[in-house]
Amino acid sequence: MTEVLIDLVLLGMLAMTALRVIFLKDLFAVVMLFSIFSFVSALIFINLDAVDVAFTEAAVGAGISTVLMLGTIALTGRTEKKNSHSSILHLVVVCVTGAALIYGTMDMPPFGNADNPIHQHVAPRYIEDSPKEVGLPNIVTSVLASYRGFDTLGETVVVFAAMIGVLSLLGTARPTNKRATPESGLAKHRVLHVVAKIIIPFIILFALYVQFHGDYGPGGGFQAGVIAAAALILYALVFGASFAHRIVSPRQLEVFAPLGVLLYASVGLVGMIKGANFLDYNVLASTAAAGQHYGIIIIELGVGLTVFAAMLGLFYAFSNQVERSNVQ
Amino acid sequence: MSVIVDYYNYWIVVFLMMAGFYVVISANNLVKKVVGLNIFQTSVFMLYISMGKVSGGTAPIIIEGVTQYSNPLPHVLILTAIVVGVATTAVGLSLVIRIKHAYGTVEENEFQNEDDAI
Amino acid sequence: MSILDYFSAILLAGGVFFSFTGAIGLFRFPDFFTRVHAASVTDTIGVILIIAGLLLQTSFDLNIIKLLLILAILLLTSPTASHALAKSARHGGLLTLAESNRSNDR
Repeated sequence: MTEVLIDLVLLGMLAMTALRVIFLKDLFAVVMLFSIFSFVSALIFINLDAVDVAFTEAAVGAGISTVLMLGTIALTGRTEKKNSHSSILHLVVVCVTGAALIYGTMDMPPFGNADNPIHQHVAPRYIEDSPKEVGLPNIVTSVLASYRGFDTLGETVVVFAAMIGVLSLLGTARPTNKRATPESGLAKHRVLHVVAKIIIPFIILFALYVQFHGDYGPGGGFQAGVIAAAALILYALVFGASFAHRIVSPRQLEVFAPLGVLLYASVGLVGMIKGANFLDYNVLASTAAAGQHYGIIIIELGVGLTVFAAMLGLFYAFSNQVERSNVQ
Repeated sequence: MSVIVDYYNYWIVVFLMMAGFYVVISANNLVKKVVGLNIFQTSVFMLYISMGKVSGGTAPIIIEGVTQYSNPLPHVLILTAIVVGVATTAVGLSLVIRIKHAYGTVEENEFQNEDDAI
Repeated sequence: MSILDYFSAILLAGGVFFSFTGAIGLFRFPDFFTRVHAASVTDTIGVILIIAGLLLQTSFDLNIIKLLLILAILLLTSPTASHALAKSARHGGLLTLAESNRSNDR
């Protein structure tokens, strides 16, 4: 009962946030509301037992997306102009689609029922056999990295491809000619500087914890990469992008991103050389369980590297555009 | 009454989806359209995760003595989808920046008018 | 219920009270700076009381250290965020209610 109550309150908050987004014309407020939307949906994911997903949503949806959107409205202007065309037709289209979808939900099995078809076929096998076959407590990591490793390789390649897309649209962030000076960034905010310096090492430590503890608790390469990128984004925002470029330069990121994908794919190739299928980790070491462990650690490292490089690369590309428009 | 208890979660998620959809088709500003698309996307994630929930189950991390776990498969699919979602959002936003450079505006009707004038 | 549960309940209720007043203040206060003040009440005393209440609920294990770490991070970052927000508003030329009243009187 409590779960239902928490769920209802959170869903109500989401509904109000979404309605506010429709009517607001101030894009800054719209982006902030979207950030709140992401955070509240992360809470709902926790309530629905999806801890790994909630972790990712909080770091990615509320963190990186918001920063990128704020960078975009810094370039494109803060207010939406008045809408000229009528919205009656839009409302009708939306209502008809919504009614059709709700009619569709009537045929779905009831929410939360353990006898639903979705829980009958693949999931029991993952839940019962993965501790023996893969040997990790976190089933999500086992499925992500081992059973559906090929799928995850594809996702990693998509993240890499998106980075290439953004870099080819916005241009790579060239190292700025002017030396890094304390004037860049939020120079007046002494308190921010001190606090950022205190917490950035802890954020990076946390990212490493999430990366290597993902087999046992919520976490893994995707979350760790995003958190590590967030630490450097915080550094760049507080001290200026040129300082961050001295730690991890855009050129290095262009090496890291493909390196992660190659690391991932080469684990699969090693398995093939040893006579098994692509991404079969059982043959990597003397026993199957040890092989699974090595394989998962290495491919999570590859995922973390690519996601870190892609997220930071996206931020560098956007911040470079903003700085260039400020100079002009 | 049981219908409401069985389906309320799906219905609210459909409402959120439609709110995002409305923003996508009615907003004039491309950045706002991207925000609407993201709201739609997050609602779809919520639909998947709702389907994986088992009432009385816990998060799919093996603990001694617990037998009822929620379904891990939707979690895996959505976890990767979130990261891919932000990557594609970034591509969309950089297209918006390019449009701003090319036309000087990101309001849909204004740059369509410019296209028509050519 | 043991004596610890009662203490925990009192602390949690206190935390809820301060969070709630912070939320009301965010809506009802007249200008930006008073609103930031109300919001930061939620960040500090509300969080301290809620986490103290939760600490009494846990058995003596790793969760205590995790809760204390969460408290430390929140106490470090939330006031910083409020400070940065208020300072940026000040930097952008926003006046407090008293100051804008005074400039109106002149």
